Amino acid sequence: MVLIYAESPNGQLKKAALEAVTYGKHVADMLGVECAAITLGNNVTDAGSLGKYGAARVFNVNSSNLNDLDSQVTAAVLANAAKNLNASVIVLSHTSTGKSIAGRLAVRLDAGLVSGVNALPESNGDTLLVKKSVFSGKAIATYAINSPVKVLSLMGNALRPEATGAPVSVETLDIAIPAGKVRVKETKTIDGRVPLPEAEVVVSAGRGMKDPSNWGIVEELAEALDATTACSRPVADSNWRPHHEHVGQTGIAIRPNLYIAIGISGAIQHLAGVNNSKVIVVINKDTEAPFFKAADYGVVGDLFDVVPRLTEAVRKFKAST
Amino acid sequence: MKFLVCISQTPDTTAKISFNADGTAFNPAGVQFIMNPYDEWYALVRACELKEALGGTVVAINVGPATNETTIRKALAIGADEAVRIDAEPHSSAYVASQIGAYAKAENFDLIFLGKETIDYNGSEVGSMLAEHLDLPFISYASKLELNGNMATVEREIEGGVQVLEVELPAVVSAAKGMAEQRIPNMRGIMMARSKPLKVVQPVESTDHAGVTRFELPPAKAGVKLVDPEQMDELVRLLHEEAKVI
Ligand SMILES: Cc1cc2nc3c(=O)[nH]c(=O)nc-3n(C[C@H](O)[C@H](O)[C@H](O)COP(=O)(O)OP(=O)(O)OC[C@H]3O[C@@H](n4cnc5c(N)ncnc54)[C@H](O)[C@@H]3O)c2cc1C
Ligand SMILES: Nc1ncnc2c1ncn2[C@@H]1O[C@H](COP(=O)(O)O)[C@@H](O)[C@H]1O
Repeated sequence: MVLIYAESPNGQLKKAALEAVTYGKHVADMLGVECAAITLGNNVTDAGSLGKYGAARVFNVNSSNLNDLDSQVTAAVLANAAKNLNASVIVLSHTSTGKSIAGRLAVRLDAGLVSGVNALPESNGDTLLVKKSVFSGKAIATYAINSPVKVLSLMGNALRPEATGAPVSVETLDIAIPAGKVRVKETKTIDGRVPLPEAEVVVSAGRGMKDPSNWGIVEELAEALDATTACSRPVADSNWRPHHEHVGQTGIAIRPNLYIAIGISGAIQHLAGVNNSKVIVVINKDTEAPFFKAADYGVVGDLFDVVPRLTEAVRKFKAST
Repeated sequence: MKFLVCISQTPDTTAKISFNADGTAFNPAGVQFIMNPYDEWYALVRACELKEALGGTVVAINVGPATNETTIRKALAIGADEAVRIDAEPHSSAYVASQIGAYAKAENFDLIFLGKETIDYNGSEVGSMLAEHLDLPFISYASKLELNGNMATVEREIEGGVQVLEVELPAVVSAAKGMAEQRIPNMRGIMMARSKPLKVVQPVESTDHAGVTRFELPPAKAGVKLVDPEQMDELVRLLHEEAKVI
């Protein structure tokens, strides 16, 4: 069986969970085994809908003690579930939660782990061959996993969720839950748009903006594209923009379908966080800006003219479709 | 308080990455190696700050060959009191975690710090594995950590927000931006580092279940397509029809 842990913070299935189930379904089909998903917590809404993404069975471990996602507790529960269900491949999402439990699960199950995979594996006898991006996007490595049980964590936006099946009924799994040692005191969420790691379209701006008061044109473009905003490091360091927007080697690494870079030079440390984006558009007045080398589409011009014009064009396009 | 900081050595971000002819191994020729930035700037500095405030010892540990000792000495120059090198090629995160786990088991550290991930293999795996080997709680991507007696209050980045957590020590924590400010080692630190103890430990038996079989460079970009700044409708058309991203 391929068993996918579908994350549901606050009881809501994450987009990453739908991607993971879609991925797990492809792996299960390739191996000719059953695809199942598991959710944790006492408040999961609509877990059965994971059937639409390919899970033939959906399990839930129903306890409020799992809502806090202490990695020590969740890894123990997931490992027991995987053993009880005889799972040979476990798929997690490469998220803050997934990263905390993937290694623990691998140790518990004596399994080989490859984290942050971004393509479907190939199977070669009992070995799985799977690719991931390494050296901050500068290379791709193929990993071989040889153990009988294998753990994979899937990079966000690596594939699109495919809802081709039908919902299934949820089966409750009865698993003993050890006491946790981590207590969540508070969760502060940033309101507004899709969180950066999950965003499909990102509009990002750098020092070329000159002043934080100029960000209105960036926000408007993001609004028109239903995108999330990001920024370069000096922009966050000078508090022009909030720190959670900082992308790059020291900030967060993202992988949207579309990354629009406005007034950002494209230093290697910036690229390290964004060069896995599927399509990159660069708007810069300097033809020599290094970012153009990493871009798919480029506009050489003054951002204060180009960005409002692009926003207009996007609005026109959205209105016509 | 006894702090352990796991430090790894990685190629500098700006290094040109290449592989041997059949793509089976990384080519280190001409590459400058550094301490993994998250280990140095965040994990190590925060451990040193806590020790300076509360007393105790900071031990820096690395799994790697003797050539890593320059990096290890840098950790001592920044403020670690002692260092341990486990004398082995760090060929996978599972291997590294089991080596550090075997060493740490007997030492009863109160707090174990790692970086959020290494910038070469970008795994973010060692911390979680190590915590399981030691059966300790693990908090990843911590951006703040305060100690109050035996309790740590930790802020951690999650998708679209921040969590504030409380955990009783001993615990394992991986550090991200916000945890501390980078420290440049000063002359005195560098001099003192020379006489601080650096212990070499032999590795324990451990099996690997996953490893790299092949490296390749990403497919080259087709080259940038320039669009006239007056023609933003054309850019939108390309993004819709050609790139299919809007
Ligand atoms: C160890 C280390 C880690 C780092 N980590 C990160 C990181 O995580 N993320 C990150 O972003 N950086 C990081 N940096 C910094 C990085 O090296 C660059 O300094 C930074 O990315 C530059 O930001 P920028 O492109 O916004 O600014 P600049 O380099 O100043 O570029 C501004 C750009 O705007 C263009 N411009 C100016 N005016 C206009 C206009 N009117 N219209 C159009 N274009 C205009 C200019 O041509 C220029 O290309 C790191 C550096 C180091 C040493
Ligand atoms: N060879 C090593 N020796 C000591 N610590 C390491 C080593 N490799 C990785 N680490 C630690 O584990 C963290 C996560 O590494 P990784 O799982 O490879 O992303 C790093 O930031 C280091 O703190």
